Amino acid sequence: MATSSRVLASLRRVSVPRQASPLLQRFQPAIRVRWAGTTSATSEPHQPNENGTVSSSPAPAKAIKLTSETYPELQRNSKFAKLSQDHVKYFQELLGSESAVVDGLSKDASEDIEPFNSDWMRKYRGQTKLVLKPQSTQEVSSILEYCNKNRLAVVPQGGNTGLVGGSVPVFDEIVINLQKMNKIRAFDEVSGILVADAGVILEVADNFLAEKNHIFPLDLGAKGSCQIGGNVSTNAGGLRLLRYGSLHGNVLGIEAVLPDGTIMNDLSTLRKNNTGYDLKQLFIGGEGTIGIITAISIICPQRSEAINVAYFGLESYEQVQKAFSEAKTQLSEILSAFELMDGRSQKIVNTVTGKRFPLEGEYPFYCLIETSGSNTDHDSEKLQNFLESVMESSIVSDGVLAQDQTQIQDLWAYREGISECLGHWGGVYKYDLSLPISDLYELVNDVRDRLIEAGVVGDDDSFPAVDVVGYGHMGDANLHLNVAVRRYDKKVEKLLEPFVYEWVQRKNGSISAEHGLGIAKKAYIGYSRDETMIRLMKQIKNLYDPNGIMNPYKYI
Amino acid sequence: MSKLRILVPIKRVIDYATKPHVNRTQTAVMTANVKHSMNPFDELSIEEAVRLRERNTTPVEEIVAFSAGPPKAQDILRTAMAIGADRSIHVVVEEKDALEPLGVAKLLQKVVDEQKSNLVILGKQSIDDDAGQTGQMLAGLLNWAQATQASKVSIEGESVTVTREVDGGVETLKTKLPMVITTDLRLNEPRYASLPNIMKAKKKKLEKKTLADYGLAENLKLKTIKVTEPPTRKGGVKVEDVDGMISKLKELGAL
Ligand SMILES: Cc1cc2nc3c(=O)[nH]c(=O)nc-3n(C[C@H](O)[C@H](O)[C@H](O)COP(=O)(O)OP(=O)(O)OC[C@H]3O[C@@H](n4cnc5c(N)ncnc54)[C@H](O)[C@@H]3O)c2cc1C
Repeated sequence: MATSSRVLASLRRVSVPRQASPLLQRFQPAIRVRWAGTTSATSEPHQPNENGTVSSSPAPAKAIKLTSETYPELQRNSKFAKLSQDHVKYFQELLGSESAVVDGLSKDASEDIEPFNSDWMRKYRGQTKLVLKPQSTQEVSSILEYCNKNRLAVVPQGGNTGLVGGSVPVFDEIVINLQKMNKIRAFDEVSGILVADAGVILEVADNFLAEKNHIFPLDLGAKGSCQIGGNVSTNAGGLRLLRYGSLHGNVLGIEAVLPDGTIMNDLSTLRKNNTGYDLKQLFIGGEGTIGIITAISIICPQRSEAINVAYFGLESYEQVQKAFSEAKTQLSEILSAFELMDGRSQKIVNTVTGKRFPLEGEYPFYCLIETSGSNTDHDSEKLQNFLESVMESSIVSDGVLAQDQTQIQDLWAYREGISECLGHWGGVYKYDLSLPISDLYELVNDVRDRLIEAGVVGDDDSFPAVDVVGYGHMGDANLHLNVAVRRYDKKVEKLLEPFVYEWVQRKNGSISAEHGLGIAKKAYIGYSRDETMIRLMKQIKNLYDPNGIMNPYKYI
Repeated sequence: MSKLRILVPIKRVIDYATKPHVNRTQTAVMTANVKHSMNPFDELSIEEAVRLRERNTTPVEEIVAFSAGPPKAQDILRTAMAIGADRSIHVVVEEKDALEPLGVAKLLQKVVDEQKSNLVILGKQSIDDDAGQTGQMLAGLLNWAQATQASKVSIEGESVTVTREVDGGVETLKTKLPMVITTDLRLNEPRYASLPNIMKAKKKKLEKKTLADYGLAENLKLKTIKVTEPPTRKGGVKVEDVDGMISKLKELGAL
């Protein structure tokens, strides 16, 4: 789309940011919202400030309610030592440089320390007095060995973009932030294997690889802040999973430090290595509960030259499923994304951003498909055939094909902008779920019916909820169920939980598809894992971390 | 009352969102394996032609898209037809023999004669060469009225009103057909090419021609001596982290 800003930009040849429409800033939520904090849902970073108002920029850290107040049932575990001057002194001597220790014990460092205490959603806030930023694996090892001996609890922290409150302390746990471990160690252009420190920012890694015609097999909205170590620790899914698979397959090796200081060097660069238990898998998605990842090796594919994006309108969820199987059959290896958006979510993006709809008519469902391959002509031909066949067989009712890079970005913005736009009225309850593909959308209908019946959804301010929408990574059977609200409301929360979790359990789905457990979902793991599984997991935790110092009060 | 016969010349350029790189010998920008698209200003031209047809204040008899360029220029002609051009003409000119603005204008003059066009809508410039001359030269060769950098166009019968954005305000011009219009940013917002229209476009006529067909030959007047990338920005130090930045700012007296 040649909007004026776009063509202006063309003259300067700058790249257009994928999200962040300046238009959004005009729409400030006008309603006062208080975060009630009783659900396990994820939210957008629009929590209230001290006066209870919400602005479009994230709330200042100090306005966030302490996690210990939100979860009054949680008590600080008295087996953990309290931080003393001696401890701080030890760390200062160990790490040397002044910037490596943020000391809030001997002086008032609250300004400096708050960003490490509060999370991206502005929903969780801890009370640490100490942040450590080690620069080497050896330093991480010395820190943990000392903490373990002295029973000091710790929280590993990457880019602090996690969505379940796992990356910030609950009480006074020491934050160990990996941001100074940010070196790319090696890259092999023949095999595509990258070895890098855990603290390398995802976007930095991807840009580095782009120069070498490769691509990081993971991409997500937080790429400018999150770290590859954090991504591995949360087993992040994101936008490229359909094509490149999960980190469980792509990560070839991990270097990690165990709670007692042991350095586990499993930084293999082998694709095949069947010599015993594959222990590194425990760290992928381990959320910092059994050790700190200090480096990873990962296999990175060749970057595709040819990218195409199409956007469809469809009449029913049945048609969406048909389109997906056709896409798999006809596009097979070049299909790199198949995203589902319901009509309501697209309407909200349209209302909030003021961007015109890609299609003329309105449809109950939309899909975005992306192909990427090495040969433009080959891809175009496949795509043309696919588009013709789904149009002719009336599987899709209408559609558009991006003609240039800008249109590609504009179409993606209709998918990626949903999350931000939903926060327009004040807040969002967000659930990230895995469900069998045939049932995926039924949950959204059921939840919407339930809320409408209870009289909490409506067009004016007397109703707490604005709408119930569904979208997600259809290709991975991953649904984002989102409820946009004007204020956080007990009644809505009671309608949502445990209803949503029970529904997911009945379908043998997962209550957390890609965001993990952290503190938010800890209590609900039973909906997706049976007792035996949980017992086995606890055994692992106790085996690696007998003193329980790693990221306590969370996960399982 | 006369009907509009619109000619829309378009150009295939490196996609504006792609960063161009200069080749090793510094003679040109590298184009192999780089994403190409329609020049963004030309999208505006084609969109405006289609809107004129939709508004129907003066009936549009035909919209012809035209491109002089490498074989791949066909792709953008198909796009133009998917957006609404009725047919297109492609004069194949290999990339190494690319025409200069005057060459293009002379060629367009012939095409206008051949097609009996009475309105030519061009982009005000193409984002690769940034010459911004073709429309004006064409108007001169044809001895037609011209309105450059249009931000609004309306046509009633023979009479054309064009609003152009000028320094500090707008200027409104009125003239009569035939004429040349060049498009500016705010003219319109081009539509997406819809799947049904992409399919229809495949069946529309795309004529292949050569310079010789128009009695013209290559006649380059300019020689490119050297192409260089903009100087990389100098200065700037890298701080280790936020703390480092704060102390640096303090050191510079900015805090
Ligand atoms: C805008 C936005 C979009 C997102 N999109 C997606 C998405 O599409 N898919 C998806 O899966 N997720 C998504 N997420 C959430 C995702 O989990 C995180 O963004 C990311 O993977 C976390 O990386 P981080 O470095 O910020 O980790 P943090 O948030 O700092 O930490 C996350 C967890 O990992 C632990 N941890 C961090 N680093 C280490 C380490 N080196 N060793 C051991 N433990 C560690 C922490 O203790 C914590 O439990 C999104 C988040 C945001 C804000």
